[in-house]
Amino acid sequence: MMVDRLLRVLTLADYNTRVVMFGTVMLGVTGGVVGVFLLLRRRALLADAVSHAALPGVATAFMLVMAFGGDPRSLPLLLLGALVSGLLGMVCVLMISRYTRLSQDAALGIVLSVFFGFGIVLLGIIQRMRGAPAAGLNHFIYGRTASMIRSDALLIGVAAIVVLVITVLLFKEFRLFTFDPGFASGDGWPVHRLDALLMTLVVSVTVIGLQAVGIILVIAILVLPPATARFWTDRLAPMVVLSGVLGAIGAYAGTALSASMPRMPAGAAIVVSHGSLFVLSMLFGRVRGVLHELSAQRRLSRRTLKQNLLRALYECEETGDIATPETQTLHLLRARGWSPRELRMAIRLLRREKSIYQSTDGRWLFSEAGRVRAARVTRNHRLWEVYLLEHADTAPAHVDQGADYIEHVLGDELISELERAIPRFGKVVPASVHVIDSAGRPT
Amino acid sequence: MKNSILSLQKKTRGAAPVQEPFAPDPADTSALHVRDLTVAYYRKPVLWDVDLDVPHAVVAGIVGPNGAGKSTLIKAILDLVPHTSGTVKIFGQPYRRQRRRVGYVPQRESVDWEYPITALELVAMGLYRKIGWFRPVGQAYRKQALEALADVGMADLAHRQISRLSGGQQQRIFLARALVQDAEVYFMDEPFAGVDASTEKAIIEILQRLRADGKTVFVVHHDLETVRQYFDYLIMLNMRIVAAGPVSDVFTSENLRRTYGGRLTLLDRAVDAIGRTPE
Repeated sequence: MMVDRLLRVLTLADYNTRVVMFGTVMLGVTGGVVGVFLLLRRRALLADAVSHAALPGVATAFMLVMAFGGDPRSLPLLLLGALVSGLLGMVCVLMISRYTRLSQDAALGIVLSVFFGFGIVLLGIIQRMRGAPAAGLNHFIYGRTASMIRSDALLIGVAAIVVLVITVLLFKEFRLFTFDPGFASGDGWPVHRLDALLMTLVVSVTVIGLQAVGIILVIAILVLPPATARFWTDRLAPMVVLSGVLGAIGAYAGTALSASMPRMPAGAAIVVSHGSLFVLSMLFGRVRGVLHELSAQRRLSRRTLKQNLLRALYECEETGDIATPETQTLHLLRARGWSPRELRMAIRLLRREKSIYQSTDGRWLFSEAGRVRAARVTRNHRLWEVYLLEHADTAPAHVDQGADYIEHVLGDELISELERAIPRFGKVVPASVHVIDSAGRPT
Repeated sequence: MKNSILSLQKKTRGAAPVQEPFAPDPADTSALHVRDLTVAYYRKPVLWDVDLDVPHAVVAGIVGPNGAGKSTLIKAILDLVPHTSGTVKIFGQPYRRQRRRVGYVPQRESVDWEYPITALELVAMGLYRKIGWFRPVGQAYRKQALEALADVGMADLAHRQISRLSGGQQQRIFLARALVQDAEVYFMDEPFAGVDASTEKAIIEILQRLRADGKTVFVVHHDLETVRQYFDYLIMLNMRIVAAGPVSDVFTSENLRRTYGGRLTLLDRAVDAIGRTPE
């Protein structure tokens, strides 16, 4: 039964579903696109204050329309009220943080709660008014798509297109002032006006989202898609596109969920869909996902460990005193300041790739391939040290650290550049710039 | 030193020699002219009655202790912080009308380096006012930005996201962005802060090239040891101008003591008093 229903919703079989789906998906795209700049401007919470500040506007519009004998359920008029009081709330936040010494988060908290509280008081008054069809107003708090009719969806559609066109046209200008307002202003751009325009777009998206998603959760359609997109890309244009697409997907999934389950509020369903996309991206995102970063870190630390042991063994051979397994172990432990556990780990890694093997007397010796690798690692390290010494005016005491850190990430290209910069060594392993004492420590 | 400045000026512009007899009003000829500039945060003055006349084609250092108002001076000149009083002129015109002739390198910490943007895209921002409203950054402009990147030795990192650059590299792309602005007067806020030796060298080369091209550069600076080496003009600041002029004239131990040797007690107390008085 439910599967049937879900299928009908997903395939947009019913006219009503098509209308609602059009509305929420347009809203999702717009929220995703505008949200990118809101997030980058670090004003995400301002959108939350704005949506809460819209409630008294909705209630006031309702009462005014009723007083003048109109139909108080007319969405455009209610949203107009929301727009006015949302903007007023935003201006209050900016004024409070500008003209008092309160910080912006305090201003946000004050405006959000006072406006919302005032709105609830007005709703309470409306409930007591005779003959007022007040039931619909509560839906603005949690959002309800079922009441969306064709003209509502069209209103959202038109507003969404206007907002999108402005964002595309001013893409470059928005990028400039959200990244570096100081430079933008010095460069002659009207930063305050651009900022006001961006915030107006944010308020518009918030207001057209009130009906579907509701006051409390509308911030999610502005914040979640861009935050999700950021895990997949390091560039702004792809981030904007992806954020818009994610906004649409979350809206589609959430609307479908809500339409196929009775009494499931659409706003919550949409937010949960966005939330799932966010969690997945946070874990698996290709650019900044947690797993990606962790595995990159792990790869680097393993590579560093292996290269350090290769070089330590190579330097042992150079100095020559590794007669017994005991002196060798002691030597290696001292050379890098490793704990016995770290040394065991490094040995295990090298052994697994067959760079070293244990001789019958218990010492660790290079295999053919291992010796080649060790020579290359040692050579790169020393080339880099020499380069730092000769070309970067770095004090010798810092050379070893710099080389230790950076050699593990040198690519082939950089190595050949190093070779060109210091041609005198050819392909041999240069002598260490440090004097190595008998314990293998650079002095 | 003094002679070399004058000869450079004559070479580059032919106009505006500052110290000729019957010279025109310095307000009209100076690269930067500041009168009575006072900046206050919540009635507490940060800059007090600053007067400056700086000739063009100099590299001018701005030095002073922490909290002396060095960055604030630049920001006030560029209208980034409101001034309580005072006028600022660039080549004899109010700053608002001269924006196109001014370039700016903000402090590196002033932006979010996690921003999703590449080095090349950041540098191209310096070209936005040439590109104009609404139009995207075209191929020709991208090429120009790439050349500027190559100029600061960063061509191979053009497509890297900016948080994956070192501090010195970040400073270089900030500089490249200012270079493509193609301005005549530059304001640089601590470009030498936290950069490596080779970046420092690269920045100095750029400063010298700018001066040779007849540009005027203001540089907020911390390291007194390098003042003689980097600058030919010096502004010594501690809430007010202690001294300003050619380095050889003003970089004296007496002026250093007046700039750094503890704030003048009376001035401090006056500042506190103003901060406290209710209206």
